[in-house]
Amino acid sequence: MSDSDPPARRSARAEPRRVDAARAGSAARDLERYAGLFAQRTRVMTSSAMRDLMAITERPEVISLAGGLPDTSTFPAETLAAVMARVAAESSARALQYGPTEGMGATRETITGVMAAEGARVDPDEVLVTTGGQQVIDLLCKTLVDPGDVIVAEGPTYPGAVPTFSSYQADVVQIAMDADGMRVDELEGALERLDREGRRPKFIYTIPTFQNPAGVTLSLARRRRLVEVAHERELIVLEDNPYGMLRFEGEALPTLLELDGGHFVVYAGTFSKILSPGMRLGWAVAPRPVLAKLNLAAQGATLCPSSLAQHVVNAYFATGHWERYIAELRELYRRRRDAMLDALADHLPPEASWTRPSGGLFVWATLPEYLDTTDLLALAISHNVAFVPGRAAFLDGRGASSLRLNFSGSHEDEIAEGVRRIGDLVREQVELFATLTGHRPAARPGEPEQPQARSDLADVLALPQRPHDGRRRDAR
Amino acid sequence: MSPPRTIAVLKGGRSLERQVSLASGGRVEHALERLGHAVAGIDVGPDLVTRLRDARPDAVFIALHGRDGEDGTVQELLEALGLPYTGPRPAGCAFARDKVLAKHLMLGAGIPTPDFLVFSDTTLKEMGAADALPGIGERLDFPVVVKPARSGSALGVRFAASPEEVPAALLAALSYDDKVLVERYVHGRELAVSVLGGEALPVVEAVPHDEDFYDFEARYTIGRTSFHCPAELGDEQTARALELAVRVAQLLGLTDGSPRVDLLLEEGSGALHVLEANAIPGMTETSLTPQAAEAAGIGFDELIARVLERAR
Repeated sequence: MSDSDPPARRSARAEPRRVDAARAGSAARDLERYAGLFAQRTRVMTSSAMRDLMAITERPEVISLAGGLPDTSTFPAETLAAVMARVAAESSARALQYGPTEGMGATRETITGVMAAEGARVDPDEVLVTTGGQQVIDLLCKTLVDPGDVIVAEGPTYPGAVPTFSSYQADVVQIAMDADGMRVDELEGALERLDREGRRPKFIYTIPTFQNPAGVTLSLARRRRLVEVAHERELIVLEDNPYGMLRFEGEALPTLLELDGGHFVVYAGTFSKILSPGMRLGWAVAPRPVLAKLNLAAQGATLCPSSLAQHVVNAYFATGHWERYIAELRELYRRRRDAMLDALADHLPPEASWTRPSGGLFVWATLPEYLDTTDLLALAISHNVAFVPGRAAFLDGRGASSLRLNFSGSHEDEIAEGVRRIGDLVREQVELFATLTGHRPAARPGEPEQPQARSDLADVLALPQRPHDGRRRDAR
Repeated sequence: MSPPRTIAVLKGGRSLERQVSLASGGRVEHALERLGHAVAGIDVGPDLVTRLRDARPDAVFIALHGRDGEDGTVQELLEALGLPYTGPRPAGCAFARDKVLAKHLMLGAGIPTPDFLVFSDTTLKEMGAADALPGIGERLDFPVVVKPARSGSALGVRFAASPEEVPAALLAALSYDDKVLVERYVHGRELAVSVLGGEALPVVEAVPHDEDFYDFEARYTIGRTSFHCPAELGDEQTARALELAVRVAQLLGLTDGSPRVDLLLEEGSGALHVLEANAIPGMTETSLTPQAAEAAGIGFDELIARVLERAR
């Protein structure tokens, strides 16, 4: 309850009057005044029921499978203390100073080292250090997108990119996915259609590895084809790769950046999932002309990434502990992923399906189309469990019957309990729907379910456009 | 003006309208400070009673919405603690919060409200009410509006254009409450009349820019809805809307605070229908009640002062 105040702390007699005292009580005029000043782009930046529901999920009694949070609790405090003490003792003047827009040379060296561990050879000169991976999305939009320009993204796409795309007034075209990631054949069809309509997409946004929110990974064949398509059509691909290092099993696949060879792929990386999102440090790798524009855009946005955070990150990576720490995270998240998949198999009704991620943070589940997961979230919150409704991952109203579940941020027993609660609610809703439609008798609670074959997940993510009822707009 | 006192402002809580309530509560706190009071903002949680004891308020201003705050729950607690509080008493809250109850009372008193049917978890699951669903079309005609009996800010409200769309709409509404009303859809203008001290404030009309339906998003996003206050209505319609609002407030026992009555002015017939009453309407920048007060020459601070005056 951080936003509440201690009793009677504030007294108008004891403290200076608030600056808004002079315009007290002119609500309607204020509304008109500000509304008239807002830029066009804010018209698509809206409040939504979902956002308000999500705010309740932060209450401590709620098991939240809604976050996208890495578990930072296992990071050794003594390591952080030692690293920060060293920075303070040895580099305080520089750590407290502005730095170059593109980031410190040492940071770019650190980044190329991290990328090399993933198999990508990059020159430090090709790297722009940013304020989180999120800023790369923003800077690329700023650099490439005029209002009305097309961005092609996966459907579902990273919910955090939606407000960024919206704020640049981009027209987002979303391409369906299956268990092998984005349907590149559909992408080509969509690009053909856009061509015919005379609309040129500026870039294709993808999280090829352990996608957020779908949890699936783009297959090697599709990676190759995607890069070919980019070359053929001279289109930029933004490869967002926050989770690549968090692989629990199977062979690592080459990044699009490697397959591309430095022509059309802009790569976004981040320290958020391998060290700490609190550092707010990410990076872009881009073809030089694009990198130069991104650098200019970054100057206007933040001048330079945090020098203090860069010093801490560099000192930490210099200790050489980082690969061991990531190995621990992989093991931790793998167990949690397993707990989630087991719980889903135990508790979700046969009408539901879900993805089986080999890494990352998320599982994407799809319920029968008559269930709306925004409404289900309201119900779930009353049972103290939360998830992200699928609509957050679409700009076109799709995703209403899907949900994103995070497994990295909760303990295994919490995951099991949270999924059990969600599963019970979904079963109840499914039974109630059967009762309402009279199509089949409602299953008795507790009746054993047939285990569902999980071999074919190809259609899990193929979400048909929901019929528009002509009245209700879907909140995002 | 009343002498400076210590006022506890209850806000937040665990209802689905938590964020709206935090916004309302914040504005109320600022107004109370400007009025010279000492203010203790309390986000309602398990420590509410302790925090109230610590704060030793002279009165409690309730800026909670939705479950627990607007349904009489917290009011009953304040009665038990013997603390004076703003807004309607527990019974008024309970009547207004339950749209089904409120509509039955309105029908009984001859106040026009759209025809409706009620379904509940119990009747559907245990009494075979699903077989009665075809009655919706016979009685009400499509489209219909499906609403949770107790929910605010249009959460869980769905339209069903045909019988096929009814089950999913019921399912959605039943996610918010175990009782649901299916209401005849009235196409027309959305009006709201707030009542302060037994007197109706000017009629506000909400005109969403994009949406056909005044939904959650339009309600709480600045610049998404135009408000007209006073609404451009004929003298007779205005008088009728004001009269209906005062009658509804009296009928439901909403004699304190600044309750708001929502109406529809049906296109074509020009008939007025009362949809519902809100015991504790929003006090956010985009809320209707502060706008209505302002149109009546009552600034936000004065509105808050007047509501506080009647705390008991």
